Amino acid sequence: MTTTILPRVNYLNVRHSVGSWLFTKDHKRIALLYLGVVTVAFFLGGIFAAGVRIELTTPEGDFVSADTYNRLFTMHGIAMVFFVLIPAVPAILGNFVLPLAIGAKDVAFPKINLLSWYVFVIGFLFTLAAMMFGGVDTGWTFYTPYSTSASNSNVMLTGIGVFITGFSSILTGLNFMVTIHRMRAPGMTWFRMPLFVWALYATSLVQILATPVIAITVGMLALERALGFGIFDPRLGGDPVLFQHLFWFYSHPAVYIMILPPMGVISEVIACFSRKPVFGYSFVAFSSLAIAVFGFLVWAHHLFVAGISPYSAMVFSFLSFAVAVPSAVKTFNWTATLYKGAIWWQAPMIWVFGFLGLFLVGGLTGLFLASLGLDVHLHDTYFVVAHFHYIMVGGAIMGYFAGLHYWWPKITGKMYSNSAATLAALLVFVGFNLTFFPQFILGYLGMPRRYHVYADEFQVLNVMSSAGASLLGIGYALIGSYLVYSIFRGKAAGANPWRATGLEWQTESPPIPENFVETPIVTEGAYEYVKRETKVA
Amino acid sequence: MPNGVAVHADPHGVADHAHAHHPALQHHFQTLEQQHEASTLGMWIFLVTEVMFFGGLLMAYLLYRVWYPTAWSEGSLELDIYLGGFNTVVLIGSSLTMAFGVRAAQTGEQKATVRWLLLTIALGLTFLVVKGFEYHHKYELNHIPGPNFHFEGPFASQVEIFLSLYFGLTGLHALHMIIGCVMMGVITWMAHKGRFSPEWYTPVELAGLYWHFVDIVWIFLFPLLYLVDRAHQLS
Amino acid sequence: MLSGIPLFPEQASTIAPQVDNLYFFITAVTAFFALLVVVFVTVFAIKYRDRTGEKVGEPIHGSIPLEIGWSIIPFLISMVIFAWATVVFFQIVRAPDQTLEIYSTGKRWMWRFQHIDGQSEINELHVPLGRPVKVTFTSEDVLHSLYFPAFRVKADAIPGRYSSVWFTPTKTGEFHLFCAEYCGTQHSGMIGKVVVMEPNDYQAWLSGGGGLTMAARGEQLFQQLGCVSCHLPDGAGRGPSLGGKFGEQQLLGNGSTVTVDDAYVRESILTPQMKLAAGYQPLMPTFQGLVNEEGVMSLIEYIKSLPPSGQTAAAAQAGAAPAAIEQGGSK
Repeated sequence: MTTTILPRVNYLNVRHSVGSWLFTKDHKRIALLYLGVVTVAFFLGGIFAAGVRIELTTPEGDFVSADTYNRLFTMHGIAMVFFVLIPAVPAILGNFVLPLAIGAKDVAFPKINLLSWYVFVIGFLFTLAAMMFGGVDTGWTFYTPYSTSASNSNVMLTGIGVFITGFSSILTGLNFMVTIHRMRAPGMTWFRMPLFVWALYATSLVQILATPVIAITVGMLALERALGFGIFDPRLGGDPVLFQHLFWFYSHPAVYIMILPPMGVISEVIACFSRKPVFGYSFVAFSSLAIAVFGFLVWAHHLFVAGISPYSAMVFSFLSFAVAVPSAVKTFNWTATLYKGAIWWQAPMIWVFGFLGLFLVGGLTGLFLASLGLDVHLHDTYFVVAHFHYIMVGGAIMGYFAGLHYWWPKITGKMYSNSAATLAALLVFVGFNLTFFPQFILGYLGMPRRYHVYADEFQVLNVMSSAGASLLGIGYALIGSYLVYSIFRGKAAGANPWRATGLEWQTESPPIPENFVETPIVTEGAYEYVKRETKVA
Repeated sequence: MPNGVAVHADPHGVADHAHAHHPALQHHFQTLEQQHEASTLGMWIFLVTEVMFFGGLLMAYLLYRVWYPTAWSEGSLELDIYLGGFNTVVLIGSSLTMAFGVRAAQTGEQKATVRWLLLTIALGLTFLVVKGFEYHHKYELNHIPGPNFHFEGPFASQVEIFLSLYFGLTGLHALHMIIGCVMMGVITWMAHKGRFSPEWYTPVELAGLYWHFVDIVWIFLFPLLYLVDRAHQLS
Repeated sequence: MLSGIPLFPEQASTIAPQVDNLYFFITAVTAFFALLVVVFVTVFAIKYRDRTGEKVGEPIHGSIPLEIGWSIIPFLISMVIFAWATVVFFQIVRAPDQTLEIYSTGKRWMWRFQHIDGQSEINELHVPLGRPVKVTFTSEDVLHSLYFPAFRVKADAIPGRYSSVWFTPTKTGEFHLFCAEYCGTQHSGMIGKVVVMEPNDYQAWLSGGGGLTMAARGEQLFQQLGCVSCHLPDGAGRGPSLGGKFGEQQLLGNGSTVTVDDAYVRESILTPQMKLAAGYQPLMPTFQGLVNEEGVMSLIEYIKSLPPSGQTAAAAQAGAAPAAIEQGGSK
């Protein structure tokens, strides 16, 4: 065993100037740069959501005007989807953990990694400008012809923002894919890789193949809106539904960009706090790939009532049911991992329990929407809103926080308060359910989404939802406060506070700039908890 | 330290220190070979994203072509097949000079590399100039889609869609050409400064991959846009 | 207090109970699986809890039979749901042959409904109880979606295309009608009510309005726009005779055939060269901008009403046309 005294220099204190952060090529620092921007976007998106929820406490449009309301939900969606959900786990946690987890000094292309952060920031600034100069009101889906000919909000600026941000996502995916292929430490075979790395690999695949399509689609939209080109224009015989096909060809796989990495996080955390290997490792790994591949074949389930042929609807419905299977397989494997484990109830694990509960509801309600006969009724109602929030917030954001809590000691070298973190997880779980469960009922009652004013009978459920949202807000604020507090007052974490396997835990916390003193050589699978413990004993 | 991972002194590290570090080797790679493989794979993946990028437009093209075959044929006949054909030859030629340039870099002939790369840039610029003339002609005829679009015939609206896609596709392609020319300029300058050697000429190779890709896109665009219904015209 | 919370929408069409049964079935299945997982997770988390963090779990790596089991069983169950849902779906999208036809156009931010007998209404739709009703509609500007929650049907209104929904109301009363596809500022104001009436009341309501029938209005347009000068009833004109063509197959100039339906007639009026009938010259100009969506719908109704050419065409024409002209003239 190496017993060299670990250097006191780490990636955080190696240099201090602003320039050393803004021009860093260190994946760990870039991860923190992303953390900064994503947190700002999350805060903004949260403010917009608060506006929406306050408006909806009464059936009348009394808090904000209809135009403002439409801007609020649109900007909530855009901020959350493009600047929180898509980058959160891959660009923050993935960037930080991936090279460490495979025993590399950095990602394959550190300069491109930094470039993708800048691209991300530029895209964010454009979108922010659009929001500040009057906002945008097309819904985050930008459906034509509303977005091209009717809306008089800042569609162009937002479109440019989204277009640019897309390239950040593409470059990150490209970087990760090459990193996983070419940068693994000696002995780190594919089937010794942590499942988080598998999940990132599957995600990269989707980013590479799907994101260019949204970029070009938004590009066509911009040509049409700005220069009067006619690609989706029904007055010329163009097809507005083609936009929906192209949009969802990206945006449905994008759902998997958002949920696959958190799924990977769950595998890591569940193995660590059950002190045993993930049940059915290869099934979990391949289910990520299966989801990535099937994810490309289900886009038209967003168009069941948009006039597509009933036979193609049938095919897409079938495939949508098929894509549910790998997600189910993952859930069952995680559950089975707990069996005969030694379950250590630490904060990250509490977040995982929350994830499991919410993701379960989110995934299963997807079956309602994949069912053709039922989707006709449910499409574009609050049922859909509730469903994707259960996946995106209950799944992706819970998974993101599970990962953030899990790797926080590694990232900062400090421990946060475990009880505060547990309390926050509980608050978020309860608040979330109170916010979104009533929306399933609202949806089945027939309340359409994106409604500024609604029928009186929907009020009670909406008030419940808004009450839950405030609880949710408190939960998120709590996370921010104890995590920030931990940076200044937290106890030193030590290299491996969770006594976890995984190469990232072999190096100091916070890691040294080069990650490892010497390149690690891997001799066994990712989650060999038993062997380790017996030797110690 | 857990046993799962034995931490050894890295033999490669030692080996690397024994040799002098190649100046082009970046710190996070173990060997030049690893670096080269990573870069090449990265470029190939990038080209895949490019295929998807053009794919969105081509999808729209395909759909409308099936719906509006007559308009497609009418719109296509508006394009200048001679200029398009000339440009095709120019681009294929530039692919050839590019291939020679890569070959020269591989064998370490610095001057030849620079010469071939300059020729490639010249051909690329020729293409762009010709394209500019074509666009200008369209402008004079009011064939640019938008409020001033004018086209005689019953299918004017659908021809407008065709021309929108024509400008979208060729414009995007031209943008790639411009980026390619700038990139070639940088590579040429690097070659001129003697940065490349037979052991390391990855940037030349990658620029070559990109250039060939942009050519191939044109090889698809030319028949799809210019030759839709020419056989009909000949007969 | 909880009784004030609505949990379930009214069932007011023949399809609604079918959709609801499917909903209950999926709810039961998913609730079962959700509970199953929740129970397992809870039991394991408590039973195997280790407060120290020192112990390790049993090194179980997996089980192929279990993996196969929990892949195949959910798949099979989902296939049952798929099959059931698809059967219901085809009932929703396939209208029966005999329906009461109503036309509608959506535009920001209202729905206009046009009854064949001439009544038209805005943001309100009157329909008779117990009779299948088919609403054919399009949009004049952006996307909309016509949604009747109590009937469990909706479809998007897409500019340039016809969509339709059908339903058989089973309850009299007033029900919501929503726009479900976001369409801008007053999207949430693009709502209305559907009024289901006893058939007698409906008839009384219909006759209260007056005005021309859609077919008669279509005939007026047919004269005004000059269609009549080429589409002669006996087929001798520069355009084909339109009598009896609706619902039939039409041979096109390029050799393919097309069913003469709402969409084809609409397309032929607005972009006549697109699918030219075999044997005719491309002489017809476009009527884009000269006739609005409602006018096109009236023309469709008129063409539907024409008897097959040749067989007493003149007689039928003689009966219908003067009446229409009289009415038109009296305005």
